[in-house]
Amino acid sequence: MNSHMTDLTQSLALAWPELLLVGFALAGAVVGAWFKDRAFGFLCFVGFAVIVAAGALSIGFGTLAPVEIFQGAMVVDGVAVFAKALIAFSAAATLALGADHFISTREQRFEFPILIALAVLGMFVMVSAQDLISLYVGVELQSLAAYVLAAWRRDDARSSEAGLKYFVLSAISSGLLLFGASFVYGFTGSIRFDAIASAVGEGAGGVGLLFGLVLMLCALGFKMSAAPFHMWTPDVYEGAPTPVTAFFAAAPKVAALALMVRVLYEPFAAMQDQWQQVVMALSAISMVWGSVAALLQTNLKRLMAYSSIGNMGFALMGVASGGEMGASSALIYMALYLPANIGLFALILAMRRDGEPAETVADMAGMAQRRPWMAALFTMLLFSIAGIPPFAGFIGKLLVFGAAVDAGLIWLAVLGGVAAVVAAAYYLRLLASIWFAPPVGQLQAPSGTIMVTATAAAALTFPVLVVLLGMVEGWAEAAVRMSF
Amino acid sequence: MSELVAGWPMLSVVTFLPAAGALLILLSRMSARGANPGYDNAVRVLTLLFTIATFIVSLFAFAAFDPNNPDYQLTENIPWAFGASYAMGVDTLAMSLVMLTTFLTPLCILASWSIEKQVSSYMVLFLILETLMIGVFCAQDIILFYIFFEGGLIPMFILIGVWGGERRVYAAFKFFLYTLLGSLLMLVAIVAMIAMARNAGIENPSFIPALTEFAQSGGFSPDIQIWLWLAFFASFAVKMPMWPVHTWLPDAHVEAPTAASVVLAAILLKMGGYGFLRFSLPMFPDASHFFTPFVFALSVIAIVWASLVAFRQLDMKKLIAYSSVAHMGFVTMGIFSGNEQGIQGAIFQMLSHGIISGALFLCVGVVYDRMHTREIAFYGGLVNRMPVYAAIFMLFTMGNVGLPGTSGFPGEILTMVGAFQVNAWVAAGAALGVILSAAYALTLYRKVAFGTIENPKLDKISDLDAREWITFVPLILATLVMGLAPGYVLDFTQNSALAISTAFAGGAP
Repeated sequence: MNSHMTDLTQSLALAWPELLLVGFALAGAVVGAWFKDRAFGFLCFVGFAVIVAAGALSIGFGTLAPVEIFQGAMVVDGVAVFAKALIAFSAAATLALGADHFISTREQRFEFPILIALAVLGMFVMVSAQDLISLYVGVELQSLAAYVLAAWRRDDARSSEAGLKYFVLSAISSGLLLFGASFVYGFTGSIRFDAIASAVGEGAGGVGLLFGLVLMLCALGFKMSAAPFHMWTPDVYEGAPTPVTAFFAAAPKVAALALMVRVLYEPFAAMQDQWQQVVMALSAISMVWGSVAALLQTNLKRLMAYSSIGNMGFALMGVASGGEMGASSALIYMALYLPANIGLFALILAMRRDGEPAETVADMAGMAQRRPWMAALFTMLLFSIAGIPPFAGFIGKLLVFGAAVDAGLIWLAVLGGVAAVVAAAYYLRLLASIWFAPPVGQLQAPSGTIMVTATAAAALTFPVLVVLLGMVEGWAEAAVRMSF
Repeated sequence: MSELVAGWPMLSVVTFLPAAGALLILLSRMSARGANPGYDNAVRVLTLLFTIATFIVSLFAFAAFDPNNPDYQLTENIPWAFGASYAMGVDTLAMSLVMLTTFLTPLCILASWSIEKQVSSYMVLFLILETLMIGVFCAQDIILFYIFFEGGLIPMFILIGVWGGERRVYAAFKFFLYTLLGSLLMLVAIVAMIAMARNAGIENPSFIPALTEFAQSGGFSPDIQIWLWLAFFASFAVKMPMWPVHTWLPDAHVEAPTAASVVLAAILLKMGGYGFLRFSLPMFPDASHFFTPFVFALSVIAIVWASLVAFRQLDMKKLIAYSSVAHMGFVTMGIFSGNEQGIQGAIFQMLSHGIISGALFLCVGVVYDRMHTREIAFYGGLVNRMPVYAAIFMLFTMGNVGLPGTSGFPGEILTMVGAFQVNAWVAAGAALGVILSAAYALTLYRKVAFGTIENPKLDKISDLDAREWITFVPLILATLVMGLAPGYVLDFTQNSALAISTAFAGGAP
């Protein structure tokens, strides 16, 4: 009993970020129930502060070497801290964008910041999961918040459709996850990652265990929208309100990727030969399909959906490579990809032509002449996401290519190179619309929040911020080395 | 003079001075709203000043540079993230190309005076382009090289797409995607090379001298060299451009605004040759030997075929574009002859082509600015109205043909001498190309300049104005000096040529 108490006090001390989020979600619900939607601005502001604080606290209290908390249900280690910081800062940025947007469209509903905080909490649990139960709880908490957010405009058919579609498909993938987890439990006799790892190391399982692992990988692939489990992505991206789409495109991807890295590197480290093939296939299909399918898209948000599918393919290339270099390159890839992605969504939000939100590529025509500053930001962010130097996205590609070549997966790197060229074609189509086409109609001036977010994101695409890059790199590598 | 700047990071200053100018213009644009002719003029002058300042700083660098020292000089090396370093440094080959870049860019800005559309964006992009071009030649770290090399696509894409001719969007896409595909294959090869060097215990595997040393001590086995060579070839052959992957060039040239055409022909194409000389020959000598017949065949085809195609062109810029393909054939032939004469000739030809083709595009720009057409049939008899222009055009046409006394001659003859020592048939094929080049260049000149004026629209055409004079005089001087006293340039580049040919000779034939 006494040891339980010590464990609890120690765990609570390390779980400050999570506790803060829980506290905000509960208190926020009470405040909202009392003040209704008048509290929207206040709650958004507090929620933003709480999420940023949670990110800062997880860095401040975090340790690089793993410390198990709550009797081994969760762990605080370098990878968890790295992922939590990314999740918190990207979620906070999208929350700020959302608050700004919903105030301007008069859709202030107080649940928005609370749902975001709950989703962040779910993601925090995901990335520090240390057994199959907390893994599942984390995934579900994040997903449930996400379903509601996707169906945010309940009177709008597209938004409701997005929510429903997301819910049904995601529920199937959660089923797969549970089914796979039950196989893993059955063949190894434990839900704890370390026990699974030692059972796997002793050669337990066989085909049944492999079956469980593949099912779990499929489910995680679904959550991070890796092809061929990406079907929901374009529809949900298109249907959900744009700030919500920005949220979907950022934080949950890191969480799912970090979780996948943890599952593969901790319990299933000894089965690398088997899972490598699955992840390689996920990566190759995502890169190719993400770039080819986007070529014919005209809707901006659908295009961004395919772009995120392709980019997850590149990050998965790092995971597929295995080893320290593989995992850290994937994490760095996400760290460099996220700011650019959020910046792009901020600009898409800002694009209102004659009072109507811009939806298609053609709506951006002539931006370079009317709003040169916005066009310059758009250009930098797009080239960064396309991985063209001198922007940061290039460094990410360089690192995952490096990891793949080091692991002997040269064909995957070459395939990635070809996919990047195909992807460049549709990014160039956006740029052609911005720069080459004559302007039609009047673009409205973007709000301050949006310009700050987009400018900060664009500034982060410059790898000349040597200090920052070196820091991210050193951190990610140390995190992976100390964690596994 | 060199004491004055001792200890300065000269190459970084040369490289980033234009970018600083671009930043200044960007900041100034926040205060200028709407179309404002006074502001546009100020931007033009500011850009010109920055490019001239860059040229002057590069002269200082040139003065501080010792051509008799075969090592990399003016080096800077700051460790950077991801195992790469910010390493700058030049040998004689790189220095000569840096000088070419800084020399031509102010002339390009002068030639861009007639741009009226989105002037500040144009100038900002041009300055960024200059930074990236200089960086390519100064970078001593292979990743830094790649960043500059591929980064140059971005400003060029926008320059062609916004300020180009009618089919500009098509040309911009083709230019970007063609070169990107080649570059990305090279990137995978670069990553593989770094991985191999790192696993062999090389401390700074992306540092070009370290990597070269590793390669020359047998770090890459001949089988691996073949693949690496092909990946680099994919990038440089497109950039060069070699037959049959040259098709982006005529489109890009024709549609690009005059100054962008000049930069494209004079500097961007040289990155291909520079890459062969810097990477393919010294790092993969075995594979280079293996592929020499292949490159020779492509070079001769390029020389003869592109000359024939040039002969049939109706558009002035397209004709000069095809003549560039032919001249670049001489460069690849010289490089892969692998001996000192051949490589010296190739470097000389690159510099000379930079000046002459740049000048020819400017010549087209002069009449295009006045008449807004590049169709050869539209013109005729220009000598009657524009005698000065006709004389200058004549000089550069002769340079293009390779007349002794102009800078076109030494490069062609040296590459042929170099190739003759390896394979007489190849040299013979190239000589055929020289004759053909006289045919198409002189025909172009006859149709445009000679005869009587048939087209009434040409009655009012005016001769060169002061700005155009200033643009052409440096180019005329450079063409004549390099033609009459090629020794200055050849002595300067000798060290690099010697080092590269020695490295090449180390490979198995």
